[in-house]
Amino acid sequence: MSSLHPALILFAGALILPLLKGRVRKGVLVLTPLLGFLNVLMLEPGSGLPLVFMGFELDLVRVDKLSLLFGYLFHLAAFLGAIYALQVKDKTQLVSALLYAGSAVGVVFAGDLLTLFVFWELLALTSVFLIWARRSKTSFSSGLRYLLFHISSGLFLLAGAAWQYYETGSLAFELMTLDGTSARLIFLAFGIKCAFPFFHTWLVDSYPEATPVGTVFLSSFTTKAAVYALARGFPGTEELVIIGTVMAMFPIFFAVIENDLRRVLGYSMINQIGFMVVGIGIGTPLAINGAVAHAFNDVIFKGLLFMTMGAVLLRTGKIKGTDLGGLYKSMPLTTGFCVVGAASISAFPLFSGFVSKSMVMAAAGQEGHLWVWLCLLFASAGVFHHAGIKIPFFAFFAHDSGIRTKEAPFSMLVAMGLAAFLCIFNGTFPAFLYSLMPYQVDYAPYTLTHVVTQTQLLFFSALAFTTLMLLRIYPPELRSVNLDVDWFYRQGGRLVYRGSEIFLSGVNAFTFEDLLPRLVHRIRLFFKEAPSHLMVGLLTPVWIAQSKSRSEILEKKQDYYEKARLGAIPIGVTACLAVLLLGILFWF
Amino acid sequence: MTEKEDPQPWHDYDDGLVLLPDDGKKHVFDNPKNVRLAIRILFVCCGILFLLDSLFLLFHKHLSFAEDVFPAEGWFGFYGVYGFVACVLLVLAAKHVMRTLLMRKEDYYDE
Repeated sequence: MSSLHPALILFAGALILPLLKGRVRKGVLVLTPLLGFLNVLMLEPGSGLPLVFMGFELDLVRVDKLSLLFGYLFHLAAFLGAIYALQVKDKTQLVSALLYAGSAVGVVFAGDLLTLFVFWELLALTSVFLIWARRSKTSFSSGLRYLLFHISSGLFLLAGAAWQYYETGSLAFELMTLDGTSARLIFLAFGIKCAFPFFHTWLVDSYPEATPVGTVFLSSFTTKAAVYALARGFPGTEELVIIGTVMAMFPIFFAVIENDLRRVLGYSMINQIGFMVVGIGIGTPLAINGAVAHAFNDVIFKGLLFMTMGAVLLRTGKIKGTDLGGLYKSMPLTTGFCVVGAASISAFPLFSGFVSKSMVMAAAGQEGHLWVWLCLLFASAGVFHHAGIKIPFFAFFAHDSGIRTKEAPFSMLVAMGLAAFLCIFNGTFPAFLYSLMPYQVDYAPYTLTHVVTQTQLLFFSALAFTTLMLLRIYPPELRSVNLDVDWFYRQGGRLVYRGSEIFLSGVNAFTFEDLLPRLVHRIRLFFKEAPSHLMVGLLTPVWIAQSKSRSEILEKKQDYYEKARLGAIPIGVTACLAVLLLGILFWF
Repeated sequence: MTEKEDPQPWHDYDDGLVLLPDDGKKHVFDNPKNVRLAIRILFVCCGILFLLDSLFLLFHKHLSFAEDVFPAEGWFGFYGVYGFVACVLLVLAAKHVMRTLLMRKEDYYDE
């Protein structure tokens, strides 16, 4: 067993990078994930790295088939991303990308909740710089919102871990059921990172705002680490079936009307994670295998699609459907790779989505989830519609935008080519992918029924697209923003801000203009006049008893008020009052 | 985001933004004939695929569900019709419902 923590090599690489220059830095950037991968290959299933820290029994590394699969996957993604990033000079992006990859590896090997929490938070902190690296105002505020979600996710995880420790005395990260408070808190933490409905906005908000390279890394790790965590902690949880179905369904509607093509991919990413979440929720070996196999393929084909869109953004400076079109003329290779990614996400036979998404569908059928199955089939047609057709069509074909540019830089083409190769390899020879699965796989994707029906589904979706286009019913791309749940905190936050501004400013103005002068005036009056009034009040009955006339009493009163005003009350009276006061104090 | 406030994300690349003038070269889909051909190929493929369902008159069609749960899956052309109808519904719903309710100006969140 290797004694190195699997995340260490990536972290070390990230720390060395800023010290290096030119080719050496490029070499280290690409070699680091490879070395890390070799280190993971040396891990033996069943082994661990126990540690007692401040009295807590931790397990920094848990090695089994599930964690190994994600370990390989994350190193592969980091490797492809590193090649894609060879052009980048900005050290911030390179360093945070490797730290981020290391944190994701740390998450999937964490054997206890405290270790998980540490890497979980690192995942958020290291990745946000990939968004901020765009260095625009929009990306900055988007990154802040991103952090808000991920830090809260971490806090829920910490609360859940503390609760579990309090109840059971153990921090172990094992199978959980949703009937305890600790498990619910942890579920919520995973859900936020996994982009469950209502928590999904961080994803579509921030990913399109990151740099071209940043988004490629972002799309690979965070959500897949959350899928891993769900597969580890909550397989077979019924609620996940419903949550996953909703996730697979609603984003496709947003994707159809969205103009920013990387945001379209963000929505389609939630749709794909929906399939994985359904698989985890069903919880049978076939379903779990389907979920993790699809996570594996998704990292590659979604990474590939983000790479092609990143290349377009890099070369043309534009990413909106309204601005693009006709780029197949200038970027034929990128176009080809994009089509491969599109075919993979749409699950065409011979492409990777075909061999993994169908496992989840088959499992839903076997367990008799009719409505779930119908929704997933709808989502399968829908994903082809927006990610499979819309992305390549509006970027590379459609009307000619008049933009002429150069093919993507060589290193980016290499990364895209490798990813495209893996998409076809996994789709054509699924046996290799299946051999990495946590359960023994007994599933044959290439049956006559599956090939024919799936091809029919996709071709008729394409037919629908073409028909609607020809009839001019298909909605044109429009410059717009589409409201999502984030409206509630983006506009709602503004409302709260404005409301509190009006309220607090009001209170401030009232205090300053009305309350303060009046109060000061009253207090002044009180101290000026109270003693004489008190004295007069006390003495009036005495004067009446002395049967003084009304005019005499009035004169006396005026006399006292005048004396009080001038401070001319004899010392004896003051002394007398002071003694009286002391007497009262002494008495009590 | 407006173009002005984007400080050009490609500034940190060795080889980034490239905008060239149109060289006037004609490409495949500049010819409407080729576009029509591509569309025709798609139509023909769809026709063939629809007819391919008759294969299942000879071979057994493996249904996703246990018997009698969802017999419609075995109907002739089920997947094709489902895919077509699903996409049309998706587009119509997105165009008429979502755009009406949710679409705002591009600078909606900027102030």
